[in-house]
Amino acid sequence: MIRRLLQSKLLSHYVRDLSAVVGSVILLIVLFGAIFAPLIAPQDPYDPKILSLQDSLTPPIWMKGGQAPFLLGADDQGRDILSTILYGCRTSFFVGSSVILIAGTIGVTVGLLAAFYSGILDAVTMRIADTFFSFSTTLMAMLLLGIFKGGGIPLVILAIVIADWVRYARTMRGSVLGVKEDDYIQAARACGGSNLRIMIRHILPNAIPPILVVAAVDFGAVVMLEATLSFLGVGVPINKPSLGMMISLGKNYIYAGKWWLIIFPGIALISIVLGINLLADWLREELNPRLGQRQQ
Amino acid sequence: MFAYIVRRIAQSFIVLLAVSLICFAIFQFMGDPVLTLAGRYATQAQQDQVRKTLGLDRPFYTQYFSFIANAIRGDFGLSYVTQVPVLRLIFERLPASIELAITAMFLSLFLGITLGVVSSLKPHSLGSRVIMTGSLFGISLPTFLVGILLILVLAVSLRALPPFGRGRVIKVIGNWRTGFVTIDGLRHLILPALTLGMYQLAVLLRLTRGGMLEALQEDYTRTAWAKGLSQRIVMFKHALRNVLIPVVTIAGLQMGELIAFSIVTESIFQWPGSGNLLLTSIYETDHPVIVAYVMITALIVLTINIFIDILYGILNPKISYD
Repeated sequence: MIRRLLQSKLLSHYVRDLSAVVGSVILLIVLFGAIFAPLIAPQDPYDPKILSLQDSLTPPIWMKGGQAPFLLGADDQGRDILSTILYGCRTSFFVGSSVILIAGTIGVTVGLLAAFYSGILDAVTMRIADTFFSFSTTLMAMLLLGIFKGGGIPLVILAIVIADWVRYARTMRGSVLGVKEDDYIQAARACGGSNLRIMIRHILPNAIPPILVVAAVDFGAVVMLEATLSFLGVGVPINKPSLGMMISLGKNYIYAGKWWLIIFPGIALISIVLGINLLADWLREELNPRLGQRQQ
Repeated sequence: MFAYIVRRIAQSFIVLLAVSLICFAIFQFMGDPVLTLAGRYATQAQQDQVRKTLGLDRPFYTQYFSFIANAIRGDFGLSYVTQVPVLRLIFERLPASIELAITAMFLSLFLGITLGVVSSLKPHSLGSRVIMTGSLFGISLPTFLVGILLILVLAVSLRALPPFGRGRVIKVIGNWRTGFVTIDGLRHLILPALTLGMYQLAVLLRLTRGGMLEALQEDYTRTAWAKGLSQRIVMFKHALRNVLIPVVTIAGLQMGELIAFSIVTESIFQWPGSGNLLLTSIYETDHPVIVAYVMITALIVLTINIFIDILYGILNPKISYD
């Protein structure tokens, strides 16, 4: 599997695609910071013992009034901005990857079953999917969290999963319908493969590439959604770090000229989403069979 | 065509019923409004009194059917918090939301398609690269951040545009006050409309550009060039017309997102619209307002989807609805 990957065009195209490399470098830097936040962050921003209101609204270190260790300044509670950003990125990555894993698994399973067995199952699930689809993921997650208040990060993940799985189910269904009648599937059937075996061993690997693109784009969208929900005050609880909440806090000081409360968390958020979008662009072009044929 | 439209309307109706049932069920079982309304220190007798007055002591299905019967007559009940008819509350704020949404939609369609076409003409030129980089940021920035950054730069630093509110509005008919006709009103509209339209602008731009690049390689475009037609005719009549089909579809499908983002935008710019009302109602557990908002939103989204389908048929003669 790994050897096949190394020999494939995928890797050589990747190295030649500048924006994909830039995207993954940005993403890796932020991911590194997020994973090792407890080790590299100058302070633990959620430890009330070390917070001091005297440090409140300290500007970045290169400005007048800036002081160590507040490299990028401090917020109104005296929390170090850089540290809070690192912890906030952890939340972003955690929520983003949890959602695409859970929603992806549910969506892929439902889409696969619906397309494979068709009939009533297909009709019912796709009507449900249509209904979900005509409303926006954002609105649905917002309402769910507005109703079920105060459930912490797991609830945020659950709400986004409920609103989001449809995207995967629909893509998977379309993809499976495309490969279902292929010759190798007929061959597997002729060899006496069971339905389950055909689905998992033959259809799944061939139908999965479009899901990878959807998942990549969706990761960015989920990170933005979590930030938006936390910004509005219905997402991550206030005692947990979140980029969206940092920006929402900074909004209160926007007319006071405390720009660092907004700009730095904003840059972190954009980096994650931009990084994954650059990667997704490359993945889409790479896996698009229509473009591939044209190049050959 | 007619049969198709009737079928679509029937389907939409079923979806609406499903939405109403789900909404109603969720609110039935989550967060007791009596506790909020009667106050934390109310006695059991006081709580029962409130429950009885609001009809919350009746069985679930009775409440649901009376809700549906009233909703059809346009009666969504009173807001728990302000005791004003919900529909009036929403309709009072709807004009502000609609004006904002339409301006944003127009901005994103017009700028998105124009810039998309421009950047597909010479895809490797400097201008195209700038446009594409810009659009990449457009899809990578959440709406709330766009709004905050615009306020920070244009309203706070440069003091060029007002950061909140609707400005001077003029009453047209009934509840409809418009900000379109005063200069102050238009100045207040620019930042929120840009914020709301930015994401969609970037999406439509990328879609148009991708479609144009593909269409310009097709045989029919080559034939059109070979016939000696002018660039304008080839671009707009042959290529763009085919590209517009997916663009219009996506623009329509994103209507739901537009409404969701308008909630965010209205909250940032303190825009007195229905999205802002929804957010306040969520904070205050004001169920009737939330249910009515969701129902009205569903109605709007479903109606637009039907129109998009019809428009789709007009744009693309290959599709027939039978």
